[in-house]
Amino acid sequence: MYQIIRRKELNSSVTEMDILAPLIARKAKPGQFIILRVDEEGERIPLTIAGADSEAGTVKIIFQNVGATTMKLNAKKEGESIQDFTGPLGTPTDIENKKKVCVIGGGVGCAIAMPVAKALHEAGTEVTSIIGFRNKDILILEDEFRSFSDRLIVTTDDGSYGFHGNVTVPLKEMLDSGETFDEIITIGPLIMMKFVVLTAKPYNVPVTVSMNPIMIDGTGMCGCCRLTLNQDGKKVTKFACVDGPDFNGYEVDFDEAMSRNRMYIPYETAKREETCNLLKEAD
Amino acid sequence: MAINPNKHEMPTQDPAVRAHNFSEVALGYDKETAMAEASRCLNCKNRPCVSGCPVNIHIPEFLAQAKEGNFEEAYQIISETSSLPAVCGRVCPQESQCESKCTLGIKFQPVGIGRVERFVADWHNANSTAPAAKPASNGHKVAVVGSGPSGLTCAGDLARKGYQVTVYEALHKAGGVLVYGIPEFRLPKAIVAREVETLKQLGVDIETNIVIGKTLTIDELFDMGFEAVFVGSGAGLPNFMNIPGESLKGVYSANEFLTRSNLMKAYLDDPSTPIMKGGKVAVVGGGNVAMDAARTALRLGAEKVYIVYRRSMTELPARKEEVEHAQEEGIEFLLLHNPTEILGYQNPDNPRDERNGFVTGMKCIKMELGEPDEKGRRRPVPIEGSEFTIDVDTVIMAIGTSPNPLIKNTTAGLEVNKRGGIIVNEDGLTSREKVYAGGDAVTGAATVISAMGAGKVAAKAIDEYLSAA
Repeated sequence: MYQIIRRKELNSSVTEMDILAPLIARKAKPGQFIILRVDEEGERIPLTIAGADSEAGTVKIIFQNVGATTMKLNAKKEGESIQDFTGPLGTPTDIENKKKVCVIGGGVGCAIAMPVAKALHEAGTEVTSIIGFRNKDILILEDEFRSFSDRLIVTTDDGSYGFHGNVTVPLKEMLDSGETFDEIITIGPLIMMKFVVLTAKPYNVPVTVSMNPIMIDGTGMCGCCRLTLNQDGKKVTKFACVDGPDFNGYEVDFDEAMSRNRMYIPYETAKREETCNLLKEAD
Repeated sequence: MAINPNKHEMPTQDPAVRAHNFSEVALGYDKETAMAEASRCLNCKNRPCVSGCPVNIHIPEFLAQAKEGNFEEAYQIISETSSLPAVCGRVCPQESQCESKCTLGIKFQPVGIGRVERFVADWHNANSTAPAAKPASNGHKVAVVGSGPSGLTCAGDLARKGYQVTVYEALHKAGGVLVYGIPEFRLPKAIVAREVETLKQLGVDIETNIVIGKTLTIDELFDMGFEAVFVGSGAGLPNFMNIPGESLKGVYSANEFLTRSNLMKAYLDDPSTPIMKGGKVAVVGGGNVAMDAARTALRLGAEKVYIVYRRSMTELPARKEEVEHAQEEGIEFLLLHNPTEILGYQNPDNPRDERNGFVTGMKCIKMELGEPDEKGRRRPVPIEGSEFTIDVDTVIMAIGTSPNPLIKNTTAGLEVNKRGGIIVNEDGLTSREKVYAGGDAVTGAATVISAMGAGKVAAKAIDEYLSAA
């Protein structure tokens, strides 16, 4: 069992937890993920690591309460434990030897983008961060991004805070004005990452995307997390759990990835409602 | 008394009933039948059956005890060389191993060695209450990577010799393929749990949720004081055919489909892990994994299940009994067929149609057998113009796996072959000193018993190495 050392609600639907897992905390790097099960009957879900404290032996996760499992996780209190916690899995984000990078996070994806911005900043990279949210109420991690970025742009879809529009608009403005980056690293909804890639393409800026497919074992066994890359006109199958989760954004078949992520939507919706009702009864 | 020319029939659940439940198909002998079957053994001088067994179980000796009804004695004889008797009695391909060598088999049907083994192991599990005695420690520490058949065997053999063994398992449950892969109806999970429990009684420590190559590396295991490491990390990523449509929704690897159903219990009512149920299902491949996937799909409620295999029944590699069971249950075998494309739904007027991207069918081409390949198997050749489409909602690819790269990538000096399998010598020793390996991580997808054989060989080599040091 893995104890929840600290629990904090970042907004009405996003929660941060520090989980006691010393072996993972010792090794965790930005871009890597863990797989957890909340209880003995639970499903395995991947969550990207949002930070780690090797001295305290804790691993930070930030998650949105969107499904049955994340709701059950969110219902756990500080001091309680979760059943299984495995990692760190996946290949860390490559942050070495970059002079100037633009980090773009969307929604809860900012939880994963933040440690990447931090690591780049600590490695001496000039960091521009663009973080986008639907509205002001769900804004998270602004202070953290500000302290790890040379420049921070916050966008909201409804204009309730910061720049009115989505993340690609300020990105395009910067690129249009002649600004260059060694790399753009983007983490967020698939549709956002797809449009970041399309925006950056005319300017030939390399784009790294962090993929979040459905996974089961997460260790290179089941093949559920496969995605298709177009490499030099050839279609190549890769596995996000061991080959990723970071990939060259220009190669990823986003439409296929989006379709695959919707495979169990009706099931997930029903399960979420069932869990929601159970949790209400428990209250 | 004249010898009964035939094996005693294995009682099974009625095919029409079992096709709709996950309970075990083969029900096992009763005491009298087990004794009668054991008495068919000629007790011949050459004992060819023993050499047909990858772990060299003392077969005539245990049959002699079983014949007299001394089942505990029979069990102890099997346990001397096998860590997982109740498992082997169920999943070994006896027809190509011990029973294929049986002298009685020259004239008649061979002794049903596997069936008696199963009875003996089940009898022990039901009647023996004494926990396995923990041997005195010899002070040596050994780490085992993976809790599948090779790892459990290696751990069991070393623990019996007094080694302090820690098994590291990446998943949340011990058993490897025995729990994520082989379905309940062929190998009940309670049996695996019981075998794992026996190892714990011998003093084996099992640590789940530890991914070697990620959470800890092989080098760190040595830093932690382990004196030797056995890598039995199993089969890796599933192979696909690289035909169009393999990323459509409804296309699974057998690993994924079986993991969802077995390890994640999607076969139970109201599971937390979803799986596609019902409809028409095509399973591509002809091995045991293909049979398991097809029969699981049937039990999950499929209205029609096909096995699509590119060679003929003669070449089909699955265990004979599983093929017969699958046929009895109504699974249709499309032999000498090969998929060329998987077709999906796309509503031209509505890109948001929830049905978009789901499988609707699979194009197949008929094959014929041509010249033998380098292994002597006749190569299947497509018959031009014979393509046709079958309507299916789910396609399960069961065409093998490639070894997992995690350990290779994080262990300097560990050599692998061009397919990614860890290279070992006849003792299971890798290119790294004190690092041994066996099972699917070495051979690619193979059988439970061959993995157990490899675990056994490595345990012996580790013991010789550490007791000489």
